[in-house]
Amino acid sequence: MKTSAKTSAKTSAKTAAKSTGATHTRQRWEPWNDPNQRPHVEISRVTKRFGDFVAVDDISLNIYQREFFSLLGPSGCGKTTLLRMLAGFEMPSQGQILLEGEDMSGVPPYQRPVNMMFQSYALFPHMNVEKNIAFGLRQDGVPKPEIERRVAEVIEMVQLNAFARRKPHQLSGGQRQRVALARSLVKKPKMLLLDEPLGALDKNLRTQTQFELMNIQEETGITFVIVTHDQEEAMTVSSRIAVMDHGKIVQVSTPAELYEYPNSRYVAEFIGEVNTLEGRVAAREGDHLLVQSQEAGCTIKTGPSADEPAGRQVWIALRPEKVQIALEPPPDTTTNCLSGEVWDIGYLGNLSIYHVKLDSGKMVTATQANRTRLIERPITWEDRVYLTWPPDAAVVLLS
Amino acid sequence: MARSAKEPDPRQEVAYLQGDGAAAGTLSGLHARLLLLPPYRILVTVLKRLGVSGRNAVIAIPYLWLLAFFLAPFLIVLKISLAEVVVAQPPYTPLFVFVEDGFIAIQASLENYLFLLEDSLYWKSYLSSLRIALVSTVLTLLIGFPIAYGMARAPKRWRFALLMMVILPFWTSFLIRVYAWIGILKKEGLLNLALTQLGLISEPLTILNTDIAVYIGIVYSYLPFMVLPLYANLEKMDLSLLEAAADLGCRPIKAFWVITVPLSLPGIIAGSFLVFIPAMGEFVIPDLLGGSQTLMIGKTLWSEFFNNRDWPLSSAVAVILLLVLVVPIMLFQRMQEKTAKAEG
Repeated sequence: MKTSAKTSAKTSAKTAAKSTGATHTRQRWEPWNDPNQRPHVEISRVTKRFGDFVAVDDISLNIYQREFFSLLGPSGCGKTTLLRMLAGFEMPSQGQILLEGEDMSGVPPYQRPVNMMFQSYALFPHMNVEKNIAFGLRQDGVPKPEIERRVAEVIEMVQLNAFARRKPHQLSGGQRQRVALARSLVKKPKMLLLDEPLGALDKNLRTQTQFELMNIQEETGITFVIVTHDQEEAMTVSSRIAVMDHGKIVQVSTPAELYEYPNSRYVAEFIGEVNTLEGRVAAREGDHLLVQSQEAGCTIKTGPSADEPAGRQVWIALRPEKVQIALEPPPDTTTNCLSGEVWDIGYLGNLSIYHVKLDSGKMVTATQANRTRLIERPITWEDRVYLTWPPDAAVVLLS
Repeated sequence: MARSAKEPDPRQEVAYLQGDGAAAGTLSGLHARLLLLPPYRILVTVLKRLGVSGRNAVIAIPYLWLLAFFLAPFLIVLKISLAEVVVAQPPYTPLFVFVEDGFIAIQASLENYLFLLEDSLYWKSYLSSLRIALVSTVLTLLIGFPIAYGMARAPKRWRFALLMMVILPFWTSFLIRVYAWIGILKKEGLLNLALTQLGLISEPLTILNTDIAVYIGIVYSYLPFMVLPLYANLEKMDLSLLEAAADLGCRPIKAFWVITVPLSLPGIIAGSFLVFIPAMGEFVIPDLLGGSQTLMIGKTLWSEFFNNRDWPLSSAVAVILLLVLVVPIMLFQRMQEKTAKAEG
């Protein structure tokens, strides 16, 4: 997951460099860290209420050109409402949305240079594939030969040549998804909004389509904003992810940062598997904090962290794959060492998942790559084991 | 898994029976037990030999219905239309006549049909009916579509009440409702009273006993038949299609014409047929609301039948009316099938 996200960032950095022709160094493409970059879309203090219900609560967010930006969250967190406000189907109750510096409030959907791919695809059932795709261009009064050329172009891009004259009901789910994508791309929008675009596809097709989406995004250079509840999908495709909860944005980061440095238990638990251990700050040692944890039954030396007052309640996030499991106790069992009993083992082939019950009763998960054959595996049920990790693996969470 | 091991499976009671017992459920169990009874078994076997199975019997019911209540009466009417009028009981000549030596002669005359062509009254009535029915259908569509559209887009909690308001007039007799229109439309009726009171007109309008009154009557009476199929169609339309159209740069009014209307075409066609067909043969409305110059085939048919007591001629009128209605519908259906096939 992480590596693919990194490569995508790299390749988009390359294309960006190529198009500007400015530099040949392998600079990381991070417009959000560049104060000179103007955001493509500025969402400033946007609130949306439906009666008493606050769907989107005072959100500010900048999205940059060529980004593949994900809005990630559980259903009902307001991500779709935010997307619909970008498309113009809903108007913000407060705040404003600027697209390339232009205020979008009051601009109806049919006048916005933005296209959306609907979750249901919303293909026109009475038109064939070609006509569906040509619809948007015809609304703009594009001359006929050009319509034909551009439609043929996108049909080629989404590999639907054989199905151009079919009606939507004669297509499979995956083919419909492609038509919907082609229809929203053909107008070359300034921004493409995708509402759970892969939700209706089965898992294999979804993974394959994720990479196709990334390729298309790089080819066209259009800013993509995608709404999804699937964290794996968001991690795969995105340049940045905004994690949402109850109408608010909890964290906006690159996939790697989000995984390695979540800012709250909510984010840590939403993105991948995590062990959280509750404790109190005991002391500071250089960059590190020492956290005394009852649950862990030891002192935890954390990775580099901001200073926190002694006695403050914190949570330590520990990814299962960063935990080493061993039968022999390490030399120092008082710091960064949990001990417990193997409660359950999940064998996934490439990985084994160990559920370890600590002496405090807390369950902790550790995953180990199965480098050796199963038959030689030394750890088994009810073994007493020791879990250790490097200090960098322990992330301090304040909420 | 665990359940079948412990509890007795209800299926096992009938498991020794062949065939239907394999499918679970009490009904098939009952069926299986019935099969054990010899007379039933014999009956089923005999019927099966004759090609009668339960499935065929179910399919046969609508066919038998149409045969008994549609085709047979039509054949009787067709038969009468080929006879000649006589002063007798029944008032027409028989089709089959016994002649000497045990021969049966078929006595059929096309005179009635020829007469329909000769006398301009009949084809004028047909044309006038066609015109009135077509205009009324278009008017009903123009009035019914916005009503159905409004109902389909109204908040969910209102829809049932709106639907009831459309259906409610059916609870009053059709005849009474048409009579009520006389009270509204006549010279000193409610409409003229209201308009003069408002100072909009000085002389009362003559509406009753004109074609306008017939149009009003037909549109009013058949409006629910247009609204209901249209509502059913519009209500299930996927509204995200309109959002998609707007997203692609289509203004709402244009989206209505290029998305909503084409998608509601099945409802428009169904509603139009439901209005056009009965309006074509309508008798009560032109009789009560129309004037002496209002020519409609239903009225002509009635006067042939009751005033002139010419059953053969009125039967011929009815047969032609049926052809006028059925032939275009069949052609339309065939055309639709062809376009469906062309699309693959």
